[in-house]
Amino acid sequence: MAVETRQGHTFGDRMPRKEDGRFIRGRGHYVDDIQLPGMLHSAILRSPFAHARINGIDVSAALDHPKVRAVITGKDLEEQGLAWMPTIAGDTQAVLATDKVRFQGQEVAFVVADDRYSAQDALELIEVDYEPLPVIVETPRALDPDAPVIRDDKAEQTNNIIFEWEHGDREATERAFEQADVTVKQEMIYPRVHPAPMETCGAVADYDVGTEKMTLWVTSQAPHAHRTLAAIVTGLPEQQIRIISPDIGGGFGNKVPIYPGYVCVAVASLVLGRPVKWMESRAENLMSTSFARDYHMVGEIAANKDGNILGVRVDVLSDHGAFNAHAQPGDIWPMGFFAIFPSCYDAPAAYAEATGVYSNKAPGGIAYRCSFRVTEAIYLMERTMDVLADELGMDPVELRRKNLIPAEKQPYESVMGWTYDGGDYHAALDEALRIADYQALLEEQKEAREQGRIMGIGVSTFTEIVGAGPKKKCHIAGLEMFDSAELRIHPTGKAVLKIGVQSQGQGHETTFAQIVAGELGIPAEDVDVHHGDTDHTPYGLGTYGSRSTPVGGAAAAVVSRKIREKAKKIAAHLLEAAEGDLEWVDGGFQVKGSPGQRKEMGEIAFAAYTNTPPDEEAGLEGVAYYDPPEMTYPFGAYICVVEIDKGTGQVDVKRFIAVDDCGVRINPMIVEGQIHGGLAQGIGTALMEVIEFDEEGNHLNSNFMDYLIPTSMEVPKEWETGETVTPSTHHPLGARGVAESPTVGSPAAVVNAVVDALSPYGVRHVDMPLKPAKIWQILRENRVEPF
Amino acid sequence: MRIQVNVNGESREADVEPRLLLVHFIRDVLGLTGTHWGCDTSNCGACTVHLDGEPVKSCTVLAVRANGHEVITIEGVSQGADLSLLQQGFREEHGLQCGFCTPGMIMTATALLERTPRPSEDEIREAISGNLCRCTGYQYIIRSIEWAAKHGAPTQVEVMP
Amino acid sequence: MQVPARFEYEVAGSVEEAIELLQRHGPESRLLAGGHSLIPMMKLRLAFPEVLIDIHELDGELRYVREDGGVLRVGALARHRDLLESPVVRERYTLLADAEKFIADPLVRNMGTVGGSFAHADPSEDLPAAFVALGADVVVRGSQGERTIAMEDLSVGPFETAIEPDEILTEAWVSRAPEGSSYFKVERRAGDYASAALGVALWMSGEEIEDARIGMCGVGSTTLRAREAEEVLKGQKPDEELYRRAGERAAEECDPPDDARGTPEYKRDLVRVLVVRAMEQAVGRARGAEDRTADGR
Repeated sequence: MAVETRQGHTFGDRMPRKEDGRFIRGRGHYVDDIQLPGMLHSAILRSPFAHARINGIDVSAALDHPKVRAVITGKDLEEQGLAWMPTIAGDTQAVLATDKVRFQGQEVAFVVADDRYSAQDALELIEVDYEPLPVIVETPRALDPDAPVIRDDKAEQTNNIIFEWEHGDREATERAFEQADVTVKQEMIYPRVHPAPMETCGAVADYDVGTEKMTLWVTSQAPHAHRTLAAIVTGLPEQQIRIISPDIGGGFGNKVPIYPGYVCVAVASLVLGRPVKWMESRAENLMSTSFARDYHMVGEIAANKDGNILGVRVDVLSDHGAFNAHAQPGDIWPMGFFAIFPSCYDAPAAYAEATGVYSNKAPGGIAYRCSFRVTEAIYLMERTMDVLADELGMDPVELRRKNLIPAEKQPYESVMGWTYDGGDYHAALDEALRIADYQALLEEQKEAREQGRIMGIGVSTFTEIVGAGPKKKCHIAGLEMFDSAELRIHPTGKAVLKIGVQSQGQGHETTFAQIVAGELGIPAEDVDVHHGDTDHTPYGLGTYGSRSTPVGGAAAAVVSRKIREKAKKIAAHLLEAAEGDLEWVDGGFQVKGSPGQRKEMGEIAFAAYTNTPPDEEAGLEGVAYYDPPEMTYPFGAYICVVEIDKGTGQVDVKRFIAVDDCGVRINPMIVEGQIHGGLAQGIGTALMEVIEFDEEGNHLNSNFMDYLIPTSMEVPKEWETGETVTPSTHHPLGARGVAESPTVGSPAAVVNAVVDALSPYGVRHVDMPLKPAKIWQILRENRVEPF
Repeated sequence: MRIQVNVNGESREADVEPRLLLVHFIRDVLGLTGTHWGCDTSNCGACTVHLDGEPVKSCTVLAVRANGHEVITIEGVSQGADLSLLQQGFREEHGLQCGFCTPGMIMTATALLERTPRPSEDEIREAISGNLCRCTGYQYIIRSIEWAAKHGAPTQVEVMP
Repeated sequence: MQVPARFEYEVAGSVEEAIELLQRHGPESRLLAGGHSLIPMMKLRLAFPEVLIDIHELDGELRYVREDGGVLRVGALARHRDLLESPVVRERYTLLADAEKFIADPLVRNMGTVGGSFAHADPSEDLPAAFVALGADVVVRGSQGERTIAMEDLSVGPFETAIEPDEILTEAWVSRAPEGSSYFKVERRAGDYASAALGVALWMSGEEIEDARIGMCGVGSTTLRAREAEEVLKGQKPDEELYRRAGERAAEECDPPDDARGTPEYKRDLVRVLVVRAMEQAVGRARGAEDRTADGR
């Protein structure tokens, strides 16, 4: 599929990134870098209580501050019908609190001042009369009969239940469990964690009174969707709103929702007629923006005595915080794509039921590279598989080998209603075992145990489900989940590609150029990729859930092929040949059997403006909106090796082997970088990341001193990555998307390794994060002494 | 208070409050937005600049502290259109993804290579332990710095092809 | 990002001037050295001094690490990095270099100072514990003149020292280099404060331990000296059984907080373990043996 270009890079190359030039010079353009004449700054007053009635707010002292220009409260917004906004999950969320505050850190007032220091000073001048209410922090308590109703703002809400959901065949699964020789059941928590991108969230709003146009620079992973929602929420005409996602310093799902700060800054700019900036602090980011996970799960597997899976059953309690600000790919998917949980195994029956609840914690849930809850699903399956292996006395690798879907069954129709797009899971597993030298590892472990060292090996095999999504199955806030690409070739043969997805570090300016290069023979260096500005790009649904390559990349391929079709017509005209006699070779069209009669893409492009066929319009451009026929299913096999310090309980990840199959790789270097980053996040999740509260809902760690993300010292010396390449059966490029596979597959690999290390003491499960103090407790309970 | 700071070889003056943090002086007063901030507690290192030749976290230094002193930011590392070897190394070895931690990493690495032209992998890993990255998993950052060390002195500037 | 509340700012041109300024501005004024303990607290508005007296220009008077006639003298404005890189420290007061590797990160170590670390008196700070293990003394100068405080008497409570409001810490000195020393720390992640940490310094007499000192941090409301554990070690021949007994005693001497890093029980056990590891390494160094890795593995 890759086409030779005369000079420069193309599809499949390890091409250094085009966007790097500005970042390495410190000339990236992030939201906080924006400085406009007359720009004001803002700060948000946040609730110190997790649950409290608001009896009054006195902003007079703040208004008296000489540098304060405005103070906005929930009451002010209420008058404009803006105190509440819709969420992507079909719920409502307070922009600024009116009746109550429902989580610690909730937005209560918005101060606009001349500079950021004064805005923060002014926060201390606002007085709020709070009346504390009982708090729900521990998720199961949300279902207590006497639990306070958190969302009493909604007339129909009489408890804390958001949804109840089920999927699969309950009866068939029950029968499987009745008939099974062996069943295992494991409770586990996937704790609340946070994506914590290095750049926090923020926005600059600039309402131009003269043109009545609102320009918003936002840290947004989905600028077009945000524009439509902004139009609906504010009543401003959509064509008068321009949303620009400039450079974004990491997203990982944290930058998908619309945050109150964005709405407030837009209102402030409208009212004051000046640009207003809002940038949150790290504490605000960790306390109030979209968190991830917080799933309380029970996994069960039924198997025969040989270890073949007969059925999988799952029960989940899902904590969404005070508002259901979840990003879900459709009303029928309140659990995202959690139903993928039978994963890469050939399970004849499966069933899941789930309840979603409110709590007095920050709103959200879908974030942190989770592919719409696939992280939770795979973690649950992989942990329960290991419990089953332990129950059967079987090597966890052998148990997986027995149950992995054989390649011949692809495209596989899962009992959960998904059609997988190809995959040889055994090959991926074998490759991981080879890189790890699994037998040698087992030997090493044996020796280590004899020496009294605690070493563990953990395996995780999985399939992902990404690339949302087909219109027959998915929508987000009602919008179909297509994506788009608009391509124009200039007379001098260079090109500009405008896309609807949104990079936050994924390298789209390079990879998408490589796609066009592969299709049209134009060097990737000559293809300029634009994204992020709703005025200048076609409508797209943004980047999250690893959808850029599956959906956006497909659109780029399709539009390139459309252009190639027109190019053929022009070539036929130039060569005075019939279209049917032409073939596409090496970046140009030539007469079949007569390679001397040839036109290069560059010549064709020039002709599109200077010598067009009589019945053709001038120009060489096209647009494609791609509706994916199915999701894509990248998969992998991971192996983690750990050693535990008997004295301190510290877990050291000594090796991490990751074999990923994301189909055809557009730029292998970029794929590897993505995998490395996700693996580091997975280790963070497994060992040290957790958002913690006390019983009153007070945050215990809303800063980087105590919310621990890995430094260069906590990751293994080398990420041992490998690949298999099984092209996607339906994607135009055979590609699948990959960025979330590492966060999906790795936490289980790490936890499985630690549990394996502790298995001589009868340990079957330990909940994340595997803090040293927790591991130490287990060691001492089992009389493992440091000396 | 009136301060005068030598920034990237140029004398810059301004009236500032004593509490103004150096990172805000650099970003908001001087308009040099290549230096970033990412946390509240001096952990992330996105704000790393050189103060009198040493890499420091500018979010934890007062602007008034830099009065009469020398500051070099990421903008001072390249010379016009040319890139330093470290900057080139980050591009060659894919040492960045979203780019937010990158200026801080480059400032830390520049100082490292100035003192230790041939650092071991462990030395590099330790030197950047005060700079957090969420995107790369660190391995290619270390390779980027190794690339630069292998190709010569850190402050040598080479034209990017 | 959070930012500090307003304050007045003075720059001291000499130690004498710093003292004058402290006197003039009274107890709501604070000295600003590296600022990497104070400024973070001011940004979170947990500390709000009315006046900051910046002493960074006193490097000429106060920034040094040297050994004079067998006495290690460390100026209050010596940076953490200065200790880490000092050849005399690495060779003869090795536990200080060990401790410095664990302190914060390389960037913070470029600004943070020894004096600042001591004056801040965070019970989780490593450097004071290491200096306690060396039996160091600290010199403070104020309007009443100069006096010496034993390192172990310097911190009197969390973030509280025996330094008077008009005094400035000028120097720490160690009168005799140990024959072997080491510092071990358990942290949740690189750069974290200690879950538990301690330094051990030994003076040998032939095959026996003539004198031993243990300084601990993160396991009490101040930096601690494990006197009873020291008594267990004195006059004894080194062996693992001895180290364990000392570790048991040191564990009893501490009073660790229950927090995100773990329970008091966990931390006491860490102390037990770290004493053994630190002793093994310190004794090994006293005998001229090669180090194992810093975590004892």
